[in-house]
Amino acid sequence: MQHKVIDTKEVVIRFTGDSGDGMQLTGTLFADASAIFGNEISTFPDYPAEIRAPQGTVAGVSGFQVNIGSGEIRTPGDYCDVLVAMNPAALRANAKWSKPTATIIIDSDTFDEKGIVKAGFKTNDPVAELKIQDRIIIFAPITTLTKESLKDSGLDAKAVIRSKNMFTLGICYYMFNRPMESTFKYLEKKFRKKPELIEANKKVIKDGFNYAGNIHAIPNTYSIAPSKQEKGIYRNINGNQATAWGLLAASEKSGRPLFCGSYPITPATSILEELAIHKELNAKTLQCEDEIAGICTSIGAAYAGNFAVTTTSGPGLSLKSEALGLAMITELPLVIVDVQRSGPSTGVPTKTEQTDLNQALYGRNGECPIAVIAAHSPSHCFDAAFYAGKYAMEHMMPVILLTEGFIGNGSEPWKIPSMKDYPEINPPIIDKPQEVPYWPYKRDDLRFARRWALPGTVGLEHRVGGLEKNNDGGVSSDPLVHERMVKERAEKVARLANFIPEQKVIGDEKADVLVVGWGGTFGHLYTAVKELHTQGKSVSLAHFDYIMPLPKNTAKIFANYKKIIVCELNSGQFANYLKGEFQQFQFLQYNKVQGQPFIVKEIVDAVNAIL
Amino acid sequence: MKYTPQDFKSNQEVKWCPGCGDYAILASVQRALPEVCEALNYTKERFVFVSGIGCSSRFPYYMESYGFHGIHGRASVIATGVKVANPTLSVWQITGDGDALAIGGNHFIHAVRRNIDINIILFNNQIYGLTKGQYSPTSVLGKVTKTSPYGTVEHPFNPGALVLGSRGTFFARSLDVELELTQKIMVASAKHDGTAVTEVLVNCVIFNDKTHFVLSDRENRADRTIILKHGEPMIFGKNRDKGLMLDGIKIKVVKIGENGITEKDLLVHDATEENPGLHSMLIDMKYPEYPVALGVIRAVKDKTYDDNVRDQLIEVKEKATIHNMDELLKSGSTWEVK
Repeated sequence: MQHKVIDTKEVVIRFTGDSGDGMQLTGTLFADASAIFGNEISTFPDYPAEIRAPQGTVAGVSGFQVNIGSGEIRTPGDYCDVLVAMNPAALRANAKWSKPTATIIIDSDTFDEKGIVKAGFKTNDPVAELKIQDRIIIFAPITTLTKESLKDSGLDAKAVIRSKNMFTLGICYYMFNRPMESTFKYLEKKFRKKPELIEANKKVIKDGFNYAGNIHAIPNTYSIAPSKQEKGIYRNINGNQATAWGLLAASEKSGRPLFCGSYPITPATSILEELAIHKELNAKTLQCEDEIAGICTSIGAAYAGNFAVTTTSGPGLSLKSEALGLAMITELPLVIVDVQRSGPSTGVPTKTEQTDLNQALYGRNGECPIAVIAAHSPSHCFDAAFYAGKYAMEHMMPVILLTEGFIGNGSEPWKIPSMKDYPEINPPIIDKPQEVPYWPYKRDDLRFARRWALPGTVGLEHRVGGLEKNNDGGVSSDPLVHERMVKERAEKVARLANFIPEQKVIGDEKADVLVVGWGGTFGHLYTAVKELHTQGKSVSLAHFDYIMPLPKNTAKIFANYKKIIVCELNSGQFANYLKGEFQQFQFLQYNKVQGQPFIVKEIVDAVNAIL
Repeated sequence: MKYTPQDFKSNQEVKWCPGCGDYAILASVQRALPEVCEALNYTKERFVFVSGIGCSSRFPYYMESYGFHGIHGRASVIATGVKVANPTLSVWQITGDGDALAIGGNHFIHAVRRNIDINIILFNNQIYGLTKGQYSPTSVLGKVTKTSPYGTVEHPFNPGALVLGSRGTFFARSLDVELELTQKIMVASAKHDGTAVTEVLVNCVIFNDKTHFVLSDRENRADRTIILKHGEPMIFGKNRDKGLMLDGIKIKVVKIGENGITEKDLLVHDATEENPGLHSMLIDMKYPEYPVALGVIRAVKDKTYDDNVRDQLIEVKEKATIHNMDELLKSGSTWEVK
């Protein structure tokens, strides 16, 4: 076979296997190596809800897709150029994500009769059954080769089998000319107490690399030049880690210790885990008995003067609804992070969606507007969390931060910022009486925020609570006091619009079509709009980070476009919100509720259809 | 600084029903706090009263201190957040039998399990008062209420048993009318490190009047209750002539002077005994077979949640290689683009 080195700008690789095959780690190591090499990357872990579904079944297939490129990479890619399938079930579940020109690497050892039947194939020829004969399929006996590679290692059979993902990684390093140093460093750190595992894993990777070079079965290897990135120090970051760090940054800038009361829930748990390891930065985490305890301990901590946060996903936000009202009426700073997943109820818990927007905007009893901010990419979670904290503390109110499973778990390279480039956070804490007695609900003229009087301060004793109160803190059921307080609290949220940045547009200020999106769909919408630009189409993108309140120039922007199409991963929640706010415009929609991110092509097609 | 009960009275009008037992508890607490301040060198601004929902939960409004009137059942967790955020505060949770044991039951047992240093005063009137007379988790079996017109068919909780079952370190019981006893218990509760639960049997004059009358009746109170004091023999009765002894693995009531029984044969109360066996029996004693136990029944030492949090923070900080955000951002695997 003729060997060809393909210079390419962008390659998508999808690692798939059984839940126990270590595909998430393989994908992560490959992505890290590529990022360190200088490529832009975007990743998409796609894993099942079961930790270990029956081995070899489609239900147990775990996948990790990574897009690497020498140019701008904003999505993990729609379809893959290379598919790694560690067993027949992985091939069956993922063949549909491979391009017609794709190379598919298969562990042929698993393609015995038993494996093929377990995966649900009806014939003994999976390739024909899936109609993928036109792809380049490389049958490599990966299990056997791994055993051979480690026969003198002294490792037990189980440990040997577990290393086959590293053999696969070696093959991929050959195919994509990746440096292996970062992976070796990772292994040295991870197994520093078990040096025999460091050597064994390194050997398997090298043997995989050499095998790929020797067999001449691999027709193409790829060369993806480093991208032209801004100078600076970079790291890879996933959205949940960035969220945790953004919260820690807000704690540092405000001087308020961080408190996180939370209950484990997919896909938000890793934020709690990340905060739990940073006690050195004054972060206290309390893993609670339930979601309600998560938010209520945080409300208590906010009352006592901490920067309080609670992290959850959709079902948890439902459980927190009543307490959200309490945080709102007591006018305490609190950040509620909702890493959205597919609902309703338990839904498809490991899959992504944008279906909690209505819940975030409206899901409470009484008139209870709460500020809503959305993060648009893994690294943007840092800024989104930082500003959620800043606005919560400076405006004395709860702020809901919406992220999504897709960006929470997905990662991308991030130019490390410096904290000196972030603004100060100045919560309105008072340390002595300004009037006697102290009026807890007295507001400042600018933000309409009340002051933060911390328990333990002499002379500021006061009571807050869920009962309606007058500005002096006295309980009141006077009809006019209630109405005025309802309006004042709404006004406070509305005034946030004076502090958030104006909405920006990508593309021309006036055009035929404005694509409107929010949250984690940014990468796909951006890539689609760029693609439409190369097609010569008159299209722009307005992607919203600030949902409640909306930026002040929103209506002005909308007026500049002949058509507006709102694209989101739900049945039209943002579109309906905009319809309510701006009745003078017509909003077209493109929606998808499949638990999967958009595909760039479907957005391009949707926009072309209305042009 | 020396305080008087008056210093802890807020300017809010107290709005409980005339004759409600809650007034007595409010007075006991307001009398206890000056003593607490003196004993522990506290100043007034250190107190935070947190409540849930129900008649008793209006309590924080009547205290001239920091206060948080929360939502139904969640007082324990709000109080926990306050205490973890600022462990120097003296945190008091005011709750009722519905608030703490029905809607807030989960939070209640977990607070006790964690042994967080908060003081819980559980107003037990065995009824839902603010919603006007439905049975509660402590209503006696067969109790006729608006939602149990033919009598309840469910067994009640014994709050003390829940506390022991959750590895509680402090449990006390009082009667609303025993102002002095309640006051003493409040001081003991404040001194105790860990979750201190005090159940106060309180009368609801409107929806469950005289529910504890059999105990609170001045005529018979001394014969139907026993006030336990650490280190003292378990003696009770109007004439101080009755006592408690062990009979096999059970407690029995005996008469001093009969069958040659002297004070020396009686059980001596040890609130600090870690083994909950005897405490459990004392908590379970019911009239008429036994006198109902009042006073501090259990007060044992154990590490508190907030101490553990603090110790871990100190330990981690001492070993930390990361000291600020900029160091965190640059930690781990990074690369430079030149």
